[in-house]
Amino acid sequence: MLVKFNVNGDTVEVDVEPRVSLADCLRDVLHLTGTHLGCEHGVCGACTVIIDGEAVRSCLTLAVQADGATIVTVEGLSNDNALTPLQAAFRKHHALQCGFCTPGMITTAHALLTEEPDADAERVRDVLSGNICRCTGYVPIVEAVLEARAAYANPDKADAS
Amino acid sequence: MKFPSFEYACPASLADAVALLSEEGDAMVLAGGQSLMPILAFRLAAPRLLVDLKNVPGLDTIKISAEDVRLGARVRWCDIEKHTGLSAAQPLLAEAISHVAHYQIRNRGTVGGSIALADPAAEMPGIAVTCDAEIALTGKLGERVVPAAKFFLGAMETCIQPDEIITEVRLPLWPSDRCWAFKEFARRRGDFALAGVAVFYDVDANGCAANTHIGVIGASDRPCRLGSAEQIINGAFLDATVIEAAAEAASNEIEPMEDHHAPADYRCALVKTLLERALTRAMA
Repeated sequence: MLVKFNVNGDTVEVDVEPRVSLADCLRDVLHLTGTHLGCEHGVCGACTVIIDGEAVRSCLTLAVQADGATIVTVEGLSNDNALTPLQAAFRKHHALQCGFCTPGMITTAHALLTEEPDADAERVRDVLSGNICRCTGYVPIVEAVLEARAAYANPDKADAS
Repeated sequence: MKFPSFEYACPASLADAVALLSEEGDAMVLAGGQSLMPILAFRLAAPRLLVDLKNVPGLDTIKISAEDVRLGARVRWCDIEKHTGLSAAQPLLAEAISHVAHYQIRNRGTVGGSIALADPAAEMPGIAVTCDAEIALTGKLGERVVPAAKFFLGAMETCIQPDEIITEVRLPLWPSDRCWAFKEFARRRGDFALAGVAVFYDVDANGCAANTHIGVIGASDRPCRLGSAEQIINGAFLDATVIEAAAEAASNEIEPMEDHHAPADYRCALVKTLLERALTRAMA
């Protein structure tokens, strides 16, 4: 089935079976392997991508459902030359160890702070409760997201889509 | 985990969607997919066809009128959360829905999906039963409207026919001075609750409770009202003694399932505590 959507600024057309998840389509067809698959049934949050501005689990979305959508993956949030403020905050606070959950954490936090740059610690914890991390114990992740808020309050500095 | 193979259709009207369901006996309806996709991933279902409702117009609206609140089947949890009028028009619904799932799932999960899934611990079916909601379905024979109390037949079991699609959930008018509360307990935020209670009552001219509705989730194979506890509250002036008696009655009335999450005795104790807290909150 032909599906057309925009990924990280590029319009792409892919021919996929209806049963292919958006996550598998991104990774296996479009080779955007930054999106990670942990549980593949909507529990861990590692596969979070941003569809039309909203964080969603790409393992619980079919590629064919995304027809016509605008998708941003973790690759679309990177900066060619330097770390984005959110990424820099993750580095500063050691908000990752093995890094497997990080793409989902970054996309989720980006969607949250884009919409709610004044999110407080409780709100950040509430939102990140949908993302499982087995290394950090979450404290440095929450600290990193809270620090990155300043860049989103002033959108010019967020420097990512 | 790859999904089983299926065909996919994305009809542009409700009539076309119903026609597809009628023609293909082995079809399932897709809205947000937040429960259906795990079900497919685990191969608990393997339909030949998925009928996606995303292009069917009119299913994503929240309508508040002088008579009722109408939630379209494709209204998402985040839509309810962000709606400015619902916390006044249906505060019990708004509060209960704040407990549903996690951020990303709330951006896709729908009212109709939760009602169709009929998980015994889910908030939306519980609110529908507690509030005497009606569920509107459209099938090849036209529309029918089913009271929530008759809609849920058991765990993951409803009266939906294979050719029918949920279009709307209708919640009756909510007086602004009504007393209410919702309490649930889950091990982790966003998880399905081990149990939960939804409560509301009106206060009559003498200051006594009337029209009491007490609904419980996670305590049996479907959401249900607790008549014995409601009887104790009705006509009473609420105080700690009445609340204790009602909570005790509720705990005795339910026959919870036992699973690896919690033994039945634990759920009985939980419902008692949750109802005490809910009634205390409602009268505050």
